[in-house]
Amino acid sequence: MKPGPFVHHAPRTVEEAVALLGEHGHDGKVLAGGQSLIPVLNMRLANPGHLVDVNRVEGLDAVEVTGETVRVGALVRHAGLERHDAAFDALPLLRQALRNVAHPAIRNRGTTVGSIAHADPAGEMPAVAVLTGAVVEAAGPRGRREIDAADFFLGPLETTLEPDELVVAVRFGRLPPGTRTGFLEAARRHGDYALAGVAVAVRTEGEEVAEARAGFVSVTPVPSVLDLSPALSGRRTDDLPLDDVADLVLGHVDPESDIHASAEYRAMLAAELTRRALASVARAPADAATEGAA
Amino acid sequence: MSNPPDTEELLDITVHVNGVPRTAATPARRLLSDFLRHDLDLTGTHVGCEHGVCGACTVLLDGEPVRSCLLFAVSAQGHEVTTVEGIGNDPAALSPVQQAFLECHGLQCGFCTPGFVTTITAYLEDHPDPTPEEARDAVSGNLCRCTGYQNIVRSVLRAAEIRRDRGGQR
Repeated sequence: MKPGPFVHHAPRTVEEAVALLGEHGHDGKVLAGGQSLIPVLNMRLANPGHLVDVNRVEGLDAVEVTGETVRVGALVRHAGLERHDAAFDALPLLRQALRNVAHPAIRNRGTTVGSIAHADPAGEMPAVAVLTGAVVEAAGPRGRREIDAADFFLGPLETTLEPDELVVAVRFGRLPPGTRTGFLEAARRHGDYALAGVAVAVRTEGEEVAEARAGFVSVTPVPSVLDLSPALSGRRTDDLPLDDVADLVLGHVDPESDIHASAEYRAMLAAELTRRALASVARAPADAATEGAA
Repeated sequence: MSNPPDTEELLDITVHVNGVPRTAATPARRLLSDFLRHDLDLTGTHVGCEHGVCGACTVLLDGEPVRSCLLFAVSAQGHEVTTVEGIGNDPAALSPVQQAFLECHGLQCGFCTPGFVTTITAYLEDHPDPTPEEARDAVSGNLCRCTGYQNIVRSVLRAAEIRRDRGGQR
């Protein structure tokens, strides 16, 4: 239960970090918050020869809110983003989801961008990334590129990122005016990996749903968006056909069985959590901040 | 990976622990939990699961609780670490949380206790007057195999009282 030997690198700039990653290729690994990586190292499930510790790289720790996006730097800790009032006002779903990311002691160290780059299907923030149409900003020896969250995730723990690329930030998209969001998950113990979870975004016009979408945690191999509009658009918020929604969810999710829960149970949970999230989101007033957003 | 070197490079790592700069020569792979215990002989921090689940090794990094088993000592350089010894290391002068655990029988074997004490100490700084439900939530990231948690939740509430009686003292 101790990590194997590695060489520790502490670059000060993105360019130095990327050069080190280029030099060491698949034998190098980025260390940011380490809350997913270090357990893997402790259990010797991976044994990279070089860790590129980006914690001292300048300029990666900012949260920037614009009219269209919330840009989160690679060193922003979950707890820092959770506490960030301007980010909450711009995109309430961030805080709604972050409250479910592990325990506070993990959120104090773990980074939001790192959890997206790690691409664990049980991660909350990858689901939020796809639901908000986020853009991943990657730096590499060939320069910088931007990757839509929808194209970023290839499979569990697998992304389109090259071994010599570093994610420097993720830009979460702000949702249109009149959108309400919610996040629910079920875990054996609050803060543990979710058996199933869901993020929902519902845009209303007057008393009627204009569009609705959901993203899931722990029940799909990669985070993906389910369009619920076919079942919900045009329906009054106090009369949502939640059985139809549950059927859409059951058709969309593809969970696996493990020691904690069967696939059937996880699918049932995903459907039920979606019903509850929609029912509570539809009753709530539209987010004032989202309402007033550009 | 390729063959590891026979002798690992040692780094001189300085971490401010309980207000004192402490330096030791240690490999880069040294976890903060092991740095505290093996290199600095501060064995109050206990090591349980070593993958972030149990919470026994929780220390405060710049005042905020973190898992010391999920942090390399090299990453803690230049930061302030508070261990359970820094919260209270004198049986005659227990901290409010330690006093509450004593009064409420919040521990049995004591293995998990340092992690609870650090976690609850930081929690009460931000939430000086928790409800029973909030107190329960505050300790949800720490495992205890003995108590069944009832007395730990009581200890959180009692610690909040003692803190207030002592005028907000840690």
